[in-house]
Amino acid sequence: MPDSTVIGLHHEDEHHPELLHHFADAQQQRDSASLGMWVFLATEVMFFGGLFCAYLVYRHWYFPDFAAASKSIDATLGATNTAVLICSSLTVVLAVWAAQTARRTLLIVSLILTMLLGMAFLGIKGIEYREKFVEHHVPGASFSFDKVQVPGHPDQYANPHHAQIFFSLYFVMTGLHALHMIIGLGIFLWLLIMAWKGRFTPEWHTPVEIGGLYWHFVDIVWIYLFPLLYLIDRHP
Amino acid sequence: MATSATAHAHAGPQGFIRKYIFSLDHKVIGIQYFFLALTAVFVGMFLSLLMRIHLIAPLASLPLVGEIKPETYLSLLTMHGTIMVFFVLTTAPQGGFGNYFLPIQIGAPDMAFPVLNMLSFWTTFVGFVVIIAAFFVQGGAPLHGWTGYPPLSAVQSAGPGEGLGADLWITSIAIFCLASLMGALNFLTTTLDMRAKGMTMMRMPLTVWSWFITAILGLLAFGVLLSAGILLLMDRNLGTSFYVPQIIVNGQIMLHKGGSPLLWQHLFWFFGHPEVYIAILPGMGVTSQILSTFSRKPIFGYKAMVYAMLAIGFFGFMVWGHHMFMSGMSPYSAFAFSLLTMCIGVPSAIKTFNWLGTMYKARIRFQTPMLYAIGFVSLFVSGGLSGPFLAQPVLDIQLHDTYFVVGHFHLIMGVAAIFGMFAATYYWFPKMFGRMMNESWGRIHFFITLIGTYAIFMPMHYLGMAGGTRRYSQYTEVAYLQKLMPIHQFMTYAAIITIAAQFIFVINLFWSMFKGPKASDNPWEATTLEWITATPPPHDNFGGVTPVVHNGPYEYGVPGAARDFVMQTDPPVASSGH
Repeated sequence: MPDSTVIGLHHEDEHHPELLHHFADAQQQRDSASLGMWVFLATEVMFFGGLFCAYLVYRHWYFPDFAAASKSIDATLGATNTAVLICSSLTVVLAVWAAQTARRTLLIVSLILTMLLGMAFLGIKGIEYREKFVEHHVPGASFSFDKVQVPGHPDQYANPHHAQIFFSLYFVMTGLHALHMIIGLGIFLWLLIMAWKGRFTPEWHTPVEIGGLYWHFVDIVWIYLFPLLYLIDRHP
Repeated sequence: MATSATAHAHAGPQGFIRKYIFSLDHKVIGIQYFFLALTAVFVGMFLSLLMRIHLIAPLASLPLVGEIKPETYLSLLTMHGTIMVFFVLTTAPQGGFGNYFLPIQIGAPDMAFPVLNMLSFWTTFVGFVVIIAAFFVQGGAPLHGWTGYPPLSAVQSAGPGEGLGADLWITSIAIFCLASLMGALNFLTTTLDMRAKGMTMMRMPLTVWSWFITAILGLLAFGVLLSAGILLLMDRNLGTSFYVPQIIVNGQIMLHKGGSPLLWQHLFWFFGHPEVYIAILPGMGVTSQILSTFSRKPIFGYKAMVYAMLAIGFFGFMVWGHHMFMSGMSPYSAFAFSLLTMCIGVPSAIKTFNWLGTMYKARIRFQTPMLYAIGFVSLFVSGGLSGPFLAQPVLDIQLHDTYFVVGHFHLIMGVAAIFGMFAATYYWFPKMFGRMMNESWGRIHFFITLIGTYAIFMPMHYLGMAGGTRRYSQYTEVAYLQKLMPIHQFMTYAAIITIAAQFIFVINLFWSMFKGPKASDNPWEATTLEWITATPPPHDNFGGVTPVVHNGPYEYGVPGAARDFVMQTDPPVASSGH
């Protein structure tokens, strides 16, 4: 390395403007960011794992009541939302590919599409929540789940208190999932602004990659939530 | 390359706020964590003092709290436990010393995510403020113990502190979970991605291994506690029944129905047991480091030490049920949890024998850090030996919720971990503050604290075996417990003396910070990377030079070497590399 390029010049002239001081090179920075996101996702698995544990225990104890309660939520809306999220995963992959191959327009379009799909998901979720609210299925003092038959057992009514636990789990799990979606929308808005400014290059587009990882993870959580909450013991 | 390296030196920010308050420098953040934990430990210790005095003088009116009613006593023990476990035992060893020394010991200029690191500290700080606020709200601090068992913790009207105070308690713990998750993420990424050239995993000091494994435990445990806490908050405030069966509280039928308190116990102890190792593992790391340095011998069985810590961490996740033998558990589950719990004795014994092996036939330098490291081993053994008793369901039925348990976990999780912190403080103080601590006062502090803590916690075992129940505010009203009062009196006097001795430490700490003799760069003649850099280290740790590692971390007494120790950056020696 010729000394003239080093002495008297601030070192930032030597390397990529996005490289932070404490990293030796861009590779190390990229690896760290990516590993950091994976490690974060591990904590998220444990976080949702606690909720899934609660779900498993009560589903095991109160299966008929869970089946009846599950039948009262709209599986068509749930399935639509599943499709919406799977499509959004596709647009995320497109965004990452566009960033890698320096296709700025495609990147911006994919990011906008992802956000639109995310918002569509939240909108449909809102419709579902409203239905539950109107039907008095929101846990609390005004909760009511009287005289609802257990699927496959016409002579048997579901225990409203046990059904209330199902709805508590439904609201906590989908609610925390929706919170993750809202945070994801925030991340993607930031990515969109960065992409608009043309900050991403094939050499440096780590935020798109790790933002995409996060989005995929939130999708996967939904892939588990959908059958567990919507499809318990469905009978025609 | 020398010029290029010099050009790479980074000056730190100069403004007061960016330099000392919202600093991104892992060293400043480490010191911030250290002082937060120091504040917390004095709050927690003061609470324990109030409890101990109340136990021998139940009718006395005490400063700041006045007359102690049974519920006041429960508030004191809840806050004592919570503050000590979260804001001292989890904060100081990992957040404090880990933050300061992990990057330096692996030869990195900083943590991988400095902003996250700063956020992690300030989130912890907010958590501490929130939990302290619980003292001052309507109804006071919660009553449900640091384990927060529902239904007591899940019903607002269950007791005087169970209103806003309990909400603040859970909120504080949720905030602490977030902070710990951020910290753990940073520690893991830093250890895996930021190591200097030549710093292979098997050349990392055992301190780094211990912080690394602690971070894995924190990463997997705190997420579960966070979700459990969210469910608890919902039970309290939104009318759900995750943890609450149909119950009557104070003559009123609650709306809750169908939930089970056992769910909380499972989720809580799934976090709670690994938490014990989160508190103790960094102490094991620093003890290994100090025993080797002051024995002037390589650590006995470096690889075995690493695998033992990994095994302890691994088994730590599979034994949570041993806290629930009395909660109505199938004998088959209890057997499995019992067997797995006793398995932890094996790696623990490996560590103990390796520590003894390190000191065997060594010319030991008995300076204060070494005394505390030996004290750690002593307390680890004394506290650990009662573990297998409690791990057996048959014995646990007798000993559960007695002072035997209190003695056990205070010795191993409380005092042993604190001895690890004292050892770390005396050992690294010269590097952190550039001056030496006073050796004589350090020794006096050590001997009073060692004898004092044994005097407090050993009698608890006898008390427990005699049927002395824990968490009662008065033992004077029951005939058989009344006979045990002399033991309580002895413990209280021992506690007063031991607490008084801690002021020796604090005065020594602050006096030495400003008036102590200047420390050299390597006062203990140790080998790891923090001792090759200036004292205190510059902003980017190594002044623009990136260290290259050639040797293992504990090359003492290498035949043919010029000195009795070989730095990790010295030219390679034959025995290095493990």
